[in-house]
Amino acid sequence: MTKACESATRPRPTENHRPDRRRFLGGAACAGALTLVPGVAFISLAGARSSEQPVSDEHRWGMLIDANKCAEGCDACVRGCVEEHGLWGHDRPETDAQWIRKVTVRDKQTGHVTSLPLMCQHCQYPPCVDVCPTGASFRRADGIVLVDKHTCIGCRYCMMACPYKARSFIHEALDQQKPYAPRGKGTVESCTLCVHRVDAGGERIPACAEACNAEGHRAMLFGDLNDPESELSQSLTQYASEELRADLGLRLGIRYRGL
Amino acid sequence: MRAIAAFQRRVLLAVILALLAGAVVAAEGGVPLPVIPKGKGEQCVEPTPVIRRDHMVFLLHQRDETMHQGVRSKRHSLKECIECHVAVDREGRTIPVNAPGQFCAECHSYAGVGIDCFQCHAATPDSGSRPPASAVHASSELHGGAPHAGFGGALMGPRLASAGEGSK
Ligand code: HEC
Ligand code: HEC
Ligand code: HEC
Repeated sequence: MTKACESATRPRPTENHRPDRRRFLGGAACAGALTLVPGVAFISLAGARSSEQPVSDEHRWGMLIDANKCAEGCDACVRGCVEEHGLWGHDRPETDAQWIRKVTVRDKQTGHVTSLPLMCQHCQYPPCVDVCPTGASFRRADGIVLVDKHTCIGCRYCMMACPYKARSFIHEALDQQKPYAPRGKGTVESCTLCVHRVDAGGERIPACAEACNAEGHRAMLFGDLNDPESELSQSLTQYASEELRADLGLRLGIRYRGL
Repeated sequence: MRAIAAFQRRVLLAVILALLAGAVVAAEGGVPLPVIPKGKGEQCVEPTPVIRRDHMVFLLHQRDETMHQGVRSKRHSLKECIECHVAVDREGRTIPVNAPGQFCAECHSYAGVGIDCFQCHAATPDSGSRPPASAVHASSELHGGAPHAGFGGALMGPRLASAGEGSK
């Protein structure tokens, strides 16, 4: 059921990042409008949404994680996330919040060790949203799955529903929150794909990917799955990649290579 | 019930505003009137009588738009209110806007309004400094033993055994 290479034998391994024709036209028009600006990466990330404009499904943010480039024992991404969102806990690993973690798996037959970061997979069909009784768990039009902590009652159904164990509950009162990352007792939280950076536009990528690049590993590639010109889409088209637990059919925003 | 409570508070607000207008009454009154520190700059993001009465409406509207639609306009952003309305003590340190006597507390305590915003939202613009090293969870342990741990196997299938997670 859960064989790692399963998605390679399935008929639709990469279709969720292949844009349909309408999206392609939208993306092409967008790229056309920006041809004066040099640099493909800039075009793919800038999106040119003003701060007043609501998000739309013109973009779908996602990430490709290359486990072959991810170094065993390195946790730069985890530290980057902790610093960015002020996630330092109470030195109680059982209950402290964790938005991204490193997982190390060993192939029983060959002994090969694979190391990879794991966080909210930003599903297109998120089970956390299905089970949320208040509508606090939701998926933004651009594919980012979030918790609206203003409506979260802390029931933790979403934590049970998530196949990736990506969510944390805040058990204790906090202080020293970052002004752009409000957090508080009694609510559930998880990776936001650094939504504050995404909304700011420009070339800023999520803190984990930034930290990974700074370390020289470049194992996390962030980008727009709906933009066929983005480095992310190009890479996904060219080389095979897979979803974790593709058998669940959740159409993840995060894809992996080298598992 | 909520509507009645809101109405009562509206009336209360009107009374406070009337009192604020007439400084004479203040001199005679029992409970001292709130002394509201002035914000930075010339004026607020809305005319003073409007923001006074309706700031909660603006804030809650902005909250939903930012949360669900990624609208990041600054005008009614809570983060921006704090930038302008935070006070600084004699040593130059910022004082939380919800501390007793501070901008977002003074009127509220007078009117008996409780807000929970600052359980999550930073009450100073420079909040977010890392606590002393001893109090910080060393993330470099790769979170062995955390409740999230020990499920590499379930995720990857029988071919792979979880090696790095879980110290059980
Ligand atoms: C349980 C935690 C929590 C509580 C309590 C809370 N918020 Fe928030 N709030 C958040 C989170 C998380 C965000 C999203 C931050 C982001 O994406 O930038 C947010 C965003 C906002 C925003 C948009 C960002 C900004 O700074 O303008 C506004 C406005 C806002 N909240 C208002 C309020 C108000 C008013 C209250 C009190 C009535 C409140 N919030 C209580 C967690 C909380
Ligand atoms: C550019 C700086 C600035 C920002 C941003 C700002 N304010 Fe103000 N605010 C002021 C100033 C200055 C005054 C005093 C105006 C006066 O004296 O008439 C004021 C007055 C007020 C008052 C009336 C106080 C009284 O004397 O009755 C309230 C309430 C208020 N602000 C709330 C807010 C809220 C809520 C926000 C965020 C949505 C906000 N302000 C954002 C500068 C700012
Ligand atoms: C001029 C006095 C005054 C100041 C200054 C003030 N408030 Fe208020 N605020 C009130 C009053 C009075 C109410 C209750 C009004 C009502 O319910 O109709 C209220 C209600 C609120 C509410 C809605 C609470 C609820 O449960 O309905 C929020 C949110 C709020 N204020 C946020 C703020 C923030 C944030 C600041 C600081 C930036 C602030 N207020 C500064 C007078 C003030």
